[in-house]
Amino acid sequence: MSHTFVLVLVVITALSFDFTNGFHDTGNAMATSIATGALPPRIAVALSGVMNLVGAFLSFSVAATIASGLVQTGDVTLEVVFAGLAGGIFWNLMTWLLGIPSSSSHALIGGVIGSTLAAAGSHAIQWHNLVSKVILPAIFSPLIAGMVAIVGTYLVYRITQQVAGSTRSHGFRIGQIASASMVSLAHGTNDAQKTMGVITLALIVNGSIHSSSSAPDWVIISCALAISLGTYLGGWRVIRTLGKGLIDIDSPQGFAAESASSAAILLSAHFGYSLSTTHVATGSIIGSGIGKRGAEVRWNTAGRMATAWVLTLPSAGLVGALAYAIAHFIGGDAGAIVLFILVLALGVTIYLASRRKPVNHKNVNDDWEEGQEAPTPAPAVA
Amino acid sequence: MSWINLNALWKIVVVGLLAGAGLPAVFAIGMWALNLGRKPATVSATTGSADVPGKEESILGGSSTGLVIGAVCFLIFLAGIAFGIYYIVSGA
Repeated sequence: MSHTFVLVLVVITALSFDFTNGFHDTGNAMATSIATGALPPRIAVALSGVMNLVGAFLSFSVAATIASGLVQTGDVTLEVVFAGLAGGIFWNLMTWLLGIPSSSSHALIGGVIGSTLAAAGSHAIQWHNLVSKVILPAIFSPLIAGMVAIVGTYLVYRITQQVAGSTRSHGFRIGQIASASMVSLAHGTNDAQKTMGVITLALIVNGSIHSSSSAPDWVIISCALAISLGTYLGGWRVIRTLGKGLIDIDSPQGFAAESASSAAILLSAHFGYSLSTTHVATGSIIGSGIGKRGAEVRWNTAGRMATAWVLTLPSAGLVGALAYAIAHFIGGDAGAIVLFILVLALGVTIYLASRRKPVNHKNVNDDWEEGQEAPTPAPAVA
Repeated sequence: MSWINLNALWKIVVVGLLAGAGLPAVFAIGMWALNLGRKPATVSATTGSADVPGKEESILGGSSTGLVIGAVCFLIFLAGIAFGIYYIVSGA
């Protein structure tokens, strides 16, 4: 049975999620480059947007795996996908408002699992895969990336000991343009595919395409554009936390952190782990703080992030389940419309709330004060 | 089915260290080499690195050996990036 109308809403919602995925994660690649001045803020987000766009077209090997490996696709309906996306968007927007770099991938996975649980019960979840492909990598990946960044940072400072400080900073700022671009490229490849996978799943569930089909071209192109546009708009709140909140970063550290991130993301993707670029980037940045002698890590901020990470899967899941309940209780097209309006209202509300303490390209690098994610006084925005 | 794929884990750690820490180190060697030949400046006691007040940000030190070593290092670094992109395209 085909529900074209609901399908259209699901696709729009999925692309909206992809968009939030983009701006939530700009900081993973660009936060340190912006903080060290390697790239002017607006150039950085533009470069990252382009790299995400290119990355989204580079490889399609993991597109179908996100949902099909974690839930029994036979139990998935359009409503389930829709509600899952609502859960993902909710968590992405909330954490963005608070300036917390949490995982967009976990938000999506949590949402889909929550709505599937509500719809079909526990047997529809592939728990083993959830633990071995999502939860354990989420614990290991920031540790590994952090360790690589510690070693990289130590080596980089040791080797360039004789080079004058300003010269060194200048050289590594150039290096950062390359390393940050790599992270953006890897991000585009990884994360754009996750939404492609979800839309493809919706198309399969709806009977629009055959179950063994890969993502149609229009799905690939629209997902690539959505994530890259989101990246370009830049999640300045998250960029600020990553670039200024964890450590006071210098360009050699930023360079080492970004190199560690790209290596960890690309390697894990190679082994089929659906890991979060956010976790990796955070681990790397903290690592680069530990690796430099005399540098200080703000463990308070790191602790807040870690708490958000732990909460991401269950919270997005809860909202996903709730969204499913609402849509299912009302039923049919009306249910989908109500859910769509709720998501839209949430987006507008959070956007308005964010305007009260705006963080943008002008104040993103202001000095960090403990417990204060938005700098005051906030400059007026046009 | 096991919970942790140890085979993948150690490969990620080892290759991750080589690429994620090794390549930045190569880049750093390149920069050190380019900077060779510059007159030793007053070494700051606190940071341990040489700071020249007023002298701004030129990386080239003037040694031709250094230039060659530097060029080789940066080529290795760029080759690493190229391999990374190839790695993505070839279907991770």
